[in-house]
Formats: sequence, structure tokens, C-alpha cells
Amino acid sequence: MTMSRTTARRVKLTICYTLVAILSFLFFVPFFWMVRSALMDTAQLFRYPIQIFPNPIVWENIPNALQSQPFALFFRNTFILVIANVAGVVITSSMAGYAFSRLAWRGKKLLFYALLSTMMIPGFITLIPTFLIWTNLGAHNTWIPLIVPSWLGGTAFSVFLSRQFFLTIPRELDEAALIDGASQWKIFWVILMPLLRPVLAVLAIFTFMGTWNDLINPLIYLTDQRLFTLSLALARFRGPFATQWDFLMAASAIVTLPMVVVFFVFQRYFIEGITLTGIKA
Amino acid sequence: MSTKTAAFKPPSRKLFKRNEIWGWLFAGPAIIGFLGFTLGPMIASIYLSMTDSSLGFDGNWIGMAHYARIFTAEPFIWISVRVTLTFVAIAVPMHIITAFFIAVLLNTEGLKGLKYWRTIAYVPSIVPGVASMFLWRWIMNPRGLLNAALESVGIPGQNWFFDEFWVLPAIAFMGIWGIGGNMVIYLAGLQGVPRSYYDAIEVDGGGIFSKFRYCTLPMMTPVIFFTIIMGIIGGLQTFIPALLVTEGGPNNASLFYGWHIYRTAFINFNMSYAAALSWIMFLVILAITAIVFATSKHWVYYEGGESK
Repeated sequence: MTMSRTTARRVKLTICYTLVAILSFLFFVPFFWMVRSALMDTAQLFRYPIQIFPNPIVWENIPNALQSQPFALFFRNTFILVIANVAGVVITSSMAGYAFSRLAWRGKKLLFYALLSTMMIPGFITLIPTFLIWTNLGAHNTWIPLIVPSWLGGTAFSVFLSRQFFLTIPRELDEAALIDGASQWKIFWVILMPLLRPVLAVLAIFTFMGTWNDLINPLIYLTDQRLFTLSLALARFRGPFATQWDFLMAASAIVTLPMVVVFFVFQRYFIEGITLTGIKA
Repeated sequence: MSTKTAAFKPPSRKLFKRNEIWGWLFAGPAIIGFLGFTLGPMIASIYLSMTDSSLGFDGNWIGMAHYARIFTAEPFIWISVRVTLTFVAIAVPMHIITAFFIAVLLNTEGLKGLKYWRTIAYVPSIVPGVASMFLWRWIMNPRGLLNAALESVGIPGQNWFFDEFWVLPAIAFMGIWGIGGNMVIYLAGLQGVPRSYYDAIEVDGGGIFSKFRYCTLPMMTPVIFFTIIMGIIGGLQTFIPALLVTEGGPNNASLFYGWHIYRTAFINFNMSYAAALSWIMFLVILAITAIVFATSKHWVYYEGGESK
């Protein structure tokens, strides 16, 4: 009885390992293909039957792709936008989270549910009039439309997430501070902010990803190439270089790499963030 | 899922006097943002959709004419609705079943290196959308890696993105690479299933299959329900693959409704008509979500009785 059980267990584990190995291989292959294609010249890329490894490795593709467009500038632009948006979302949505969880004020419930109920609205409904409003205000072809919303609470989701997190922090802390005569601002900034670190990290990472990957907003607002972000520049790459797959793959790898680095540094918060999304929603 | 959320304690009235001013100050930026970037534009969008403007708010009032046109004289509406619904019907089950299968696999007890396997499955989902679209376009080109791999085992390759039949399955297929987010949500759910339930099934002589069918699956239905809803809402708004890979082709076979809105607004600059199109999209999303919600009481299991 015990014997057969151990055998069954071993069979089960062997099957699982095999499946996991196959799946991991399949998930990894596209990464390999991106790098492999980035290091080949056109002749190697279009050889048939397919050539798997670059031979010789065309290292020049990387600097050539980088120099074919001002990528350093696009990187700097994206970086500035990321910093501005992360700071805005972290500060203003945690403030809103505080007001919607801790403070008692007229209109709180109504506004909170109004905010929540708009999460299902398709982006296109607000995108079109927002575009027209910004254009009328003369903000077309500037970064203003890409930054200002982050300083006004970020998204309904970010406000919701920080409110939910505030609800898990014991009230005794701010009650004690209130008795000691601390102001609301002091309670929020000095006492609660440090405790909020996990959710702030999650907000920061989501905003970072959102800004780094955003295509639609830069695409509709920016026309001057000097203001382009990496994603937009990459999307536009195919115009003049429609067939230059070596450059395109090199550029894709360059845009992907920082994201992967950030992931491995802050891995814990990525997973935490998604888990929070799934559970709190 | 609400069971996991911390219970909301009403403020103790004695200590917390009403904080009218502080409340509005702290929530102020978010309220301005809500009015300026959500509620305001929504109202503006309704107005816009009832004018004939091309690129501003200065058009003439035409009432419901755009909406009438959508239902009677719009050549692309039915094509794009059919394409979008077909895509959702392919992509949502494909992604959810794959993500669920991988999550269950990567939750197997006794499997070594789980942390690393999970990372490998998750990392692709952080690849920037533009990069991943180009990568898959390259892998799935007629003489690309996918066809070479298929042909090496005797399956004929396809013209994925250039074939009316294959284009939607192909777009759904490349999305599998990005299912890491759903996988993590499922993993969190699977880890919340109490061990004792499995032990009870074991005592009753049940095997792997019974455990999965009578414990794992029912316990996971709330999470699956959540991901289905999110998948449908996201899927109905798909347009980036059309923007970057297919441009709606071949022969309109990937004419996503979202792409139709995008090109109407930002390529053909018919903003008012695009606004009307986007409200129809909202109604469709609302209707489909409502239908899925209505089915949920027959298959979604909430521990501790009805959903709250």
C-alpha cells in the first residue's frame, strides 16, 4: 500500500517536472529569439531553413540600432515621465486613500462609489474629449497631458488600492497621535506614510510599468520627435525601417531590458501588487 | 472575495469629529482629477457624440443622428462587432485555461524550484507591449520560428497574421505569453484553499481528480469569475494588435471595434462619430458583463453563503 503510494507520487512528480520543463522552455524561447535576432545581419535572419544561432554574432547591431534614432533622448524622456508620474500617483492617491478611509466628511461615500463605478468605463469614452480639451488648452505636443492626471489622484484603481490598505492599519495609532494633539497632516505624513510602504511600492511599480509601456497617450499627444518616449519611438521604428528586423529586435530588447531589471530588483512588490488586485477587487 | 478584505470599522465618533475641511483637502486632487478626467470628459463625450464636429466642441447639434447611422448605415459596425466578439470568445478561455493550468502545475506540492519556475512564467508579462507585439510578429511571420518549429514536426505552417481565418487565433495566441498576471492571481487563490479540505477528500478515498473537481475548482470559482470579467472588459477594448501588427486586415478580418474607434478618431479625425461609437462599446461591455454576472450565481461558489 505505502509502496504503491510512493510510486504514484513519484510518477506524478515526474510528469509535473516534464510539463514544467516544457512550459518554461516555451516561455523562455521568445526572449532568446529576440536577442538572437538582434545579433544577426539580414542575410542570417532570412536564411532558410532557419538558422538558430547567430554566426558570426553581429554585435554592431546594438550600437547601430541605438544610433539610428536618438534613443538616449527617448530614454531620458521616458525616465522623466516615469519619475513625475510615480511621485504624483504615490502622493495624491495615498492622500485620497487617507481621506476615503480615515476621515469623516460630507460626500465621502458618494464620491468614493462614483469613483469606483467609473472603473468599467472604456478608455475611449474619456480619451477623445480629454484629447480635445488638452488640444484646446494648447497642451498638444507637450508632456502636460501625460503628467497632470497622475498628480490628480492617478487612477480610480490607485485610490482604491491605497484606501483598502489604510483600512488594514490599526486606528489606535492615529487615535493616540490625535490625543497628543497632532494635526491630520502630521498623522498622515509622519505616522501613517511609513507604514504604507508596501502599498506605495506597489503603486510606484504599477505606475512605472504603466508609463513605460503606455503607447496610446504619447501616440496621440506627441508629434515632436524630441518629446517621444521609448515605447512610442519603438512603435514608430517600423516606419522607415519596415524590413530591418535586426534593428527592430535590437531596439525591442533595449526597451525591454530596463523593465526586466526593475522586475528582478523589486520582484516581491510585483507579485504582491497583483495578488492585492486579485483579492481586494 | 470580500471575505479577505479587512472589515471596515466605523470611526469612533467621540475622537473623530467630522473632518470636513481635511477630508476635502486630502481627497481634493483626486476629486479634481475625477471631475476633470473622468466625469467631465464623460459628459463632454455625450455632448460631442450629438454634434457633427470633426476636431473640436464647436460642431452643430445633430441629436441622435450618429447613433442612427451606427445602426443603419455603418458598413464596418457588424464586421467589427463580430471580429471583437469572436476574438473575446477565443482569447478569454484560451488565456484563462492556460493560466489556470500553469498555476495548478506550479502549485504542486513537492515540486522543487517552484520560485524559479514561477518567475519564468511571469517575466514575459512585464515585457512592454510594443516590444512584445513586434517580437511575435517576427516569430509568427510566414518564414519565422513558429512555422519552422511546426514544420519540423510535420504540421504545415500558416500565414498567421495574413490569413483571414488565422489572424484572430494568432493574436490570441501571442497573448498567452503575457498571462503571468492571471497566473499569480490564481496562485494566490490556490494557496488560500485550506489543506484540511484535501485531507478530508483523501480520507474519503478521493484521488487527484476528485480533489481538483470537488475542491480546487469550486474554491477557485470566485477568482476565475474575477479574471473572466476583467478578461472580457479588456478583450472588448483590444486595438493595439491592429495598430501595430495587422491594421485591421487581412480584408477586415481583425477589424477590432477598438481599432475602428481609434482610426475614426485619430486617423480620420471624426471625433464626434468616434465618441458615439465608444458609447455603443460601453453599452456592449455593460450588457455582456451583466450577463456574466447573472450566470455567476449558478457556478461561482462563495464560502460562507451568498456573495456579499
